[in-house]
Amino acid sequence: MKANNESNQETATIYIMGKKHLVPKALTILNALEYAGYRLIRGCGCRGGFCGACGTVYRMQGDYKLRNALACQTKVEDGMYLTQIPFYPANKAIYNMDELEPTAQQIIDLYPEIFRCVGCNSCTKICPQDIQVMDYVNAALRGDIARAADISFDCIMCGLCASRCPGELVQYYIGLLCRRLYAKYIAKPAKHLAGRVNEIKDGKFDNDIDELTKMDTVKLKELYAQRDIEK
Amino acid sequence: MAENNSDKNIVYYPGCTLHTWAKSLSDTFIESFKKLDINLHELSDWSCCQAVFPLARDNIMGLVPAARILIQAREHGDILTTLCSFCFNVLRRTNNAIQTDGEIRAKLNAYLEEDYTGDVHVLHPLEILKVMVGFDKLKSKVTKPCGNIKIGPYYGCQLIRPPKEMKFDDPEDPKLLDMFLESIGCEVVNFPFKVECCGSYQIVQGEDMVADRAYAILSNARKNGAEAIALSCPLCFYNLDTRQNLITQKYTDFSPMPVFYFTELMGMALGIDEGLCGFDKHKVDPGILLESLQKSSDTQEHVTVKNDQNKLGVN
Repeated sequence: MKANNESNQETATIYIMGKKHLVPKALTILNALEYAGYRLIRGCGCRGGFCGACGTVYRMQGDYKLRNALACQTKVEDGMYLTQIPFYPANKAIYNMDELEPTAQQIIDLYPEIFRCVGCNSCTKICPQDIQVMDYVNAALRGDIARAADISFDCIMCGLCASRCPGELVQYYIGLLCRRLYAKYIAKPAKHLAGRVNEIKDGKFDNDIDELTKMDTVKLKELYAQRDIEK
Repeated sequence: MAENNSDKNIVYYPGCTLHTWAKSLSDTFIESFKKLDINLHELSDWSCCQAVFPLARDNIMGLVPAARILIQAREHGDILTTLCSFCFNVLRRTNNAIQTDGEIRAKLNAYLEEDYTGDVHVLHPLEILKVMVGFDKLKSKVTKPCGNIKIGPYYGCQLIRPPKEMKFDDPEDPKLLDMFLESIGCEVVNFPFKVECCGSYQIVQGEDMVADRAYAILSNARKNGAEAIALSCPLCFYNLDTRQNLITQKYTDFSPMPVFYFTELMGMALGIDEGLCGFDKHKVDPGILLESLQKSSDTQEHVTVKNDQNKLGVN
């Protein structure tokens, strides 16, 4: 019960795993956890909304709806009952990408539990990235790998979908497999990339790299600020 | 209703096999309906209908995917059509359950957070042809009548049973497929086994039993004069064509019989690109019959079964 001296406008009452905390309203859930005294070793990674480590579920007082958040991207709200799901057990198939085929049968062979999807859509409802998870599972099931790769593209593999699935699927690994199959077997090869790799192998940039590694920090910072991307 | 078809958006739910194993069923349907000036709007990102209508009344979850498809369809039109007999069976019965069973309707709507009352019409393409197009109009659009092929119309189970819910046709002696085949110029052969079960999903574990069923059906069709059969269900097609080798292996007196999706024959009759018919994917080569169609001359030659066995990829 910190910040008792702060006004109600600036604080929010939240419940972390059932325990009541008064925290500043400006904080993200992740900061609020730390403010409340938790030291986060797991369940916290990039703090930028990309790594998927801080998947959080919560309910608002008096509302049956189960909500979701990335703790690093979501501000606290008054009346939040929350907990983090930093890890959820998931079975990952081991495969050699050179030996696969971009077909529904391939996905079924590696993740046969895909047939246990009953179409409840719980995965989609819990996704903090607003991905149509069930739709990409179904696209994979009917062999539309390109569509499955496209829909699942923004997945950060937080695992909340797997935590909610009554069919015990691990959706995000199916999405990952589809994106890999798409990249390797369906998407057109990027010729410019192959060209650049050859340039690197041929030593085109060796001198520049040498120069950079020997450069003093001040000059290096100067150059960094002048990159094309900054202009 | 039949006068202004081009303004009517019919929503099309393909279902899992129509983009893969039964691609010709879908392609010939879409192209044929274009020739008949009927717009089809294919749903995007549809999910599996779950294939089998749940028999336990409290299995609400089993109805959720079909209900979602119906609700998705409602956004695009008031008529939903699908070709696969299993999809058709599940969608029509789910819609019926939503219309007639208040508890099911309430639970599904609560779960899906919707207010669907079953107002989408689930129609089979054969019903659309009869009611919205009319078999007379279909007949008038035929450019290559299937004059010389004696076809047995095979209905199977899922289109017509259970009759109280499906309300498709006379459950004992259905005629809709017969009428369709007549309108595209086929010589229709009535045979008593046209509503027998082909063995359905038993193919997964009971090939021998399916071979018996398929032998009985095809032999009965032949005994009554059929040279080929026409059907609408991808699973019937799988059991009767793709795995016809099971019959030839077990019954030495059996000679192969071609099997067509009714839409393939419709496509041929309406003059669509024959490549869409996917006859190269048929295990029983219908080539000789098709030649006879084009030459408009009878042939008694036997057709052949291709040797390469195909396995059911999704089972």
